[in-house]
Amino acid sequence: MPDTSREVTRHVLDNGLIVLLKEVHTAPVISWWVLYRVGSRNERTGQTGVSHWVEHMLFKGTEQFPAGVLDKAVDREGGVWNAQTSYDYTAYFETMPAGRIDLALRAEADRMQNAVFDPDEVESERTVIISERQGSENSPTFWLFEETRGAAFRVHPYHHQIIGDMVDLQTMTRDDLYGHYRTHYVPNNAIAVAVGDFETAEMLARIEELYSGIPRGPEPPRLIRTEPPQQGERTVRVEREGNASYIFQAYRAPAATDPDWFKLAVADSILAGASAPGGNSIGNKTSRLYKALVETELAASVGGGLYPSIEPYLFNIMVTVRDGRTPEEVQAALDAEIERLYNGDVTQDELDKARKQAKALFAYGTESVTGQAFWLAFSENFSSYSWYENYLEHLEAVTLDDVRDAARRYLRRSQRTVGWFIPVNGQEGESA
Amino acid sequence: MSMHLESLPGPETITRRTLENGITVLVYENHNAQSVVLTGSVEAGSLFDPPDEMGLATFTASALMRGTEKHDFAEIYELLEGNGASLSISGGMHTTGFGGKSLGEDLPMLLDLLSDALRRPIFPERQVERLRGEIITGLKIREQDTRFIAGRAFRELAYPPGHPYRRNGDGQIEIMERIPRDHLGVFWRQHAGPRGMIVVIVGAVQAEDAIRQVAECFADWQNPQQPAAPPLPPVPPLEQVYERAVSMPGKSQSDIVLGVAGPSRFAEDWYAANLANSVMGVFGMFGRIGAEVREKRGLAYYSYSRLDGGLGPGAWRVIAGVNPANVYRAVEAMVGEIRRITTEPVSAEELADVKANFTGRLPLQLETNEGIAGTILMMERYGLGLDYLRRYPDIVNAVTAEDVLAAAQRYLNPDVYALAIAGPELPAGES
Repeated sequence: MPDTSREVTRHVLDNGLIVLLKEVHTAPVISWWVLYRVGSRNERTGQTGVSHWVEHMLFKGTEQFPAGVLDKAVDREGGVWNAQTSYDYTAYFETMPAGRIDLALRAEADRMQNAVFDPDEVESERTVIISERQGSENSPTFWLFEETRGAAFRVHPYHHQIIGDMVDLQTMTRDDLYGHYRTHYVPNNAIAVAVGDFETAEMLARIEELYSGIPRGPEPPRLIRTEPPQQGERTVRVEREGNASYIFQAYRAPAATDPDWFKLAVADSILAGASAPGGNSIGNKTSRLYKALVETELAASVGGGLYPSIEPYLFNIMVTVRDGRTPEEVQAALDAEIERLYNGDVTQDELDKARKQAKALFAYGTESVTGQAFWLAFSENFSSYSWYENYLEHLEAVTLDDVRDAARRYLRRSQRTVGWFIPVNGQEGESA
Repeated sequence: MSMHLESLPGPETITRRTLENGITVLVYENHNAQSVVLTGSVEAGSLFDPPDEMGLATFTASALMRGTEKHDFAEIYELLEGNGASLSISGGMHTTGFGGKSLGEDLPMLLDLLSDALRRPIFPERQVERLRGEIITGLKIREQDTRFIAGRAFRELAYPPGHPYRRNGDGQIEIMERIPRDHLGVFWRQHAGPRGMIVVIVGAVQAEDAIRQVAECFADWQNPQQPAAPPLPPVPPLEQVYERAVSMPGKSQSDIVLGVAGPSRFAEDWYAANLANSVMGVFGMFGRIGAEVREKRGLAYYSYSRLDGGLGPGAWRVIAGVNPANVYRAVEAMVGEIRRITTEPVSAEELADVKANFTGRLPLQLETNEGIAGTILMMERYGLGLDYLRRYPDIVNAVTAEDVLAAAQRYLNPDVYALAIAGPELPAGES
């Protein structure tokens, strides 16, 4: 039988560091994550992209582990390490053979406070980050997402891309980056998680040994810029070189802690296909939007996404218009399908199917320690780790009326932003 | 728990059976997980593409699950998605591969659908036309992808005209538009068969049950006409630098691919070449190339090298994405590292590092059912034997610095390579 008996234990060190531990003994590996409660939502104008750039700088060395040393040490031990920056967090992880995890524990304790931010390294990394953004710019949809999100959020920092605006990447200074690091990288602003093949008491003792000496810092300031209510539908057209049209449509969505979130998650599953924490996609060929757009040969593909966020974010729908079709035709069919759900047309069978799919996907997601550790840290950041642990129960509690109610309140035309990507090969994108 | 060699999947824990019609089934039980993973291949790939219908094999593979004698498209996917399962079939150069995942109890459903798709596809007209449009849309989108365009230009330079690796099974829009639907069925019936088929099952199942289920679905599959794969034409070594820059309006970054045709997975010096590649462009955040191009010169977000291996002479190439103004500085650095790996032996420390990585990463590689299934499929495909993982550390540790140098010299040459660049028009004076 699967080893599901182990519970998560939660500990708070004296310096405020939250530690979540879960033993999983099915494979001799351990995943170690340290997540900081800072991401692009905390970034002011002029410093967009600072969280992501700081993440890069944490790979550029400390006195104890100079640049490149850990890259080699982790590979030598047969592990993997990486980091990710998102709207609400910046997170670092190592997944290692169980006997080698101490390296990861030491590395993260060290770079929580000792990253150097050498000025030459900052300048060298500037071109790397700009190159990362330019690589994304090669994709037509990057521009569409950037413009549509920017239109959906006028005030809230969710408006800019995590990578940041080019002008800020060109002008930010070493002091901007270092200030961000010193302000937000304190134990009382971090969540650490270990999942894998260890004994809890032993692991906790080692974590206390390495981390409890790191001084608590001042509480990091919070940037609160609540998005004002949307006053009607917003539309965006992006006209650039390309070979296909796309539609990216975003509705205002509730925060992850809002009870409405799970109701909308069921609606998303029915509309655009199943999803659950950690589970790989199983495709969406039986979803409503696939049937309405792809089977009718209006679109080449469609997908949806509801992202658990600290503050209200977006429920997105992305459509690739089929060659020979127009965005107008696709938009009309998309609107008709959304309207159907908005008007309450949803069945118990669809609800049951969404739950069953989530159950399978959730089970798949627990088969890797890396995925589990991420979700514990991620959910502790926007709510509590129990949000993840109880995901299926939350979903089970959603009724048919809840789905109808959520569709009625969130899938309103006045509360959406619609972005179109229009390819304009070799012609001017403008007309008089 | 620690990983000892005896605990790795091996002859005692992998059940391997060959059916009379030539299908090899391998099962590994893992009751720590609720899922079961199914993977494998049929020996019918793009190598069989008719010269005037390049892309037919991949088109056909994509259409196999669009309807069978027993189930239409909607039924197939309702069975899969309704149970939280997935199954897909896709065409490759040498084989058509399949992969699926479900809860353990749904393995019979997965196998039943797979057998239907492989043995009784009907290629319904409406579905084929729908798929054709989706593929064409995808091909058009791909024409805007600098990485793809650079990769294609590289293959056209590195492989001789007529060599299948030159086009990698790619369909072209104008060909996709005209392939008649009935050619898909004819192609599949002629080329697909049980001989050489591999089925790997890993997860919450009993091995004998799984083998019985595979036999029920596939034991009576016969194709007496199933052809042997055509031999690959030779790849003559390049004699000079071949370079092509593809200008793509509206792009911000240039993608660079620089390399040659490399060893197959069967080559005697495969491990030596693989270790050389790791030192050059993989180990420790992309090896020497990563250190030089990204870390030291700050030229790129990504720069690494890759050795494809495979059943034939796959590419050995260095890849980077850089600002157009930095293209030739990056190329210079890449060529510099090729010069270094082909002129001086790797240091004892470097060799020890990459060997430790190759052997030490097994626990992570074998953590999940997907990881185990992929490893067992690789072992079967390349005839490595069920005890391969037990022998693996010795194989790797036997390679010397001289072997690494010899392998690098055999395939790489800093003065002879194919170089493809795709992105914005290069600034004047760049060369």
